[in-house]
Amino acid sequence: MPDVWSQYSKKVMEHFKNPRNVGEMENPDGTGHVGNPVCGDIMELYIKVKDGIISDAKFKTFGCGAAIATSSMVTEMVKGKSIKEALKISNKAVAEALDGLPAVKMHCSVLAEEALKKAIEDYSNKSKRKRK
Amino acid sequence: MRRVYLDHAATTPTRPEVVKVMLPYFTDAFGNPSSIYSYGQEAKGAVEEARTKVAELIGAQSEEIIFTSGGTEADNFALKGIAYANEDKGNHIITTSIEHHAVLEVCKFLKRREFRITYLPVDKYGLVDADDVRKAITDKTILISVMHANNEVGTIEPVEEIGEIAREAGVYFHTDAVQTMGHILVNVDKLKVDLLAISAHKFYGPKGVGALYVRKGTKLVSLMHGGEQEKRRRAGTENVPAIVGLGKAVELAGQGMGKEAERLAYLRDNLIKGLGKKIDHIRLNGHPTRRLPNNVNVSVDFVEGESMLLNLDLEGVCASTGSACSSASLEPSHVLLALGLSPEQAHGSLRFTFGRENTEADIERVLEVLPGIVTRLRAMSPLYKTQK
Repeated sequence: MPDVWSQYSKKVMEHFKNPRNVGEMENPDGTGHVGNPVCGDIMELYIKVKDGIISDAKFKTFGCGAAIATSSMVTEMVKGKSIKEALKISNKAVAEALDGLPAVKMHCSVLAEEALKKAIEDYSNKSKRKRK
Repeated sequence: MRRVYLDHAATTPTRPEVVKVMLPYFTDAFGNPSSIYSYGQEAKGAVEEARTKVAELIGAQSEEIIFTSGGTEADNFALKGIAYANEDKGNHIITTSIEHHAVLEVCKFLKRREFRITYLPVDKYGLVDADDVRKAITDKTILISVMHANNEVGTIEPVEEIGEIAREAGVYFHTDAVQTMGHILVNVDKLKVDLLAISAHKFYGPKGVGALYVRKGTKLVSLMHGGEQEKRRRAGTENVPAIVGLGKAVELAGQGMGKEAERLAYLRDNLIKGLGKKIDHIRLNGHPTRRLPNNVNVSVDFVEGESMLLNLDLEGVCASTGSACSSASLEPSHVLLALGLSPEQAHGSLRFTFGRENTEADIERVLEVLPGIVTRLRAMSPLYKTQK
């Protein structure tokens, strides 16, 4: 029997209680905005890229415990990764890194993956424009 | 850490006095009420005594009470029972957009089977307009079902007025009184209802037992077929201990109900005032005065309900939300949307429902911890920056 009954793993609760990398980023190189108010989750993910490596990531999230924990986890996971490596981070990987999510909350990890992909896409578009 | 339970609309603790009278019916007095020897008759006597207690509190006759497995079965029984018993008369049912799922899902089920359903809207406080009921009645209408008070926002509906209209039109009228029974006056003649659903665990009785009041002469089809229990209206061996518990809970609820309602209303109003003072961008959901004495429902802008609940839980406070981040549909509360709230506001809702064991200290605890939680969550909300 767990000491505290929760639908979430200890790791999810830990990230929910102490989310990493919260807040806005000044002049991000890429921003990903996903979700909508109807489903109750909105995520904004910001990245800084230096020499093809994601040097920093931050987020702002309106959503449930799982949404906050997956946002926190995905920002931790991308830091120090190359763009190519970061694109390989799947929603399942985020969920696994949190020791799993309840089935009804898996969509939160999907949102985290999408936010990351959008942020990278935004970065790529911006750098293409710069090159032109 | 002291636990502060503020979710009595979800369920209440069974009162020790209730548990005490239930216990003998598991062991010493275990008989089947259908058996003719004394063991059986003793159990039957206990069931009938409970029936009388329920009938007395709601101003009914004993034979008009049918025990069920709870509020959901009672609602199912009322709607399906009336619908299938009156198919020759018509196929139209009138209800509201803010009913409990135990009514709405039955309507959905019936709609797939040749019945027509009218869902009446509510105003911004969650009130149904009795005139809308009158206008919705056709010569095919066989049933009107309007809840006595809403379980989420606590709004008390004009059931008496609607009952009058139903009676004039000769249409059966059902009310889901699960949230009001045992808390405010519920009287079947005053409310002019033909059917009324109650559930024991909402007023300090055990879970798994409830009742449906059925006015004498009302045609109703059974859901359960089998033995001759409940005058052949609901087959199955009676859940004797639970029924005894329901009877005791009803008896206790009847004692000092008004006083307790007054005490809870005081706590309610204090929490509403306190939250308004300590948190900006917060609104009360439901009616300011026509509301259950124990219900506070607020929407906190820019933050999501479940994340507030989890934080409250970490502080020992149990509450509820209309956010449905965890439901398969992801859609927020149908009640809050029917009141005209935006999806964000519905997702940012919190419901506190008080009970017997709550005191002012519990209100103070909420006022002590919630503002900080809201500030912290707003700081990480992308919706907040655009508003600053």
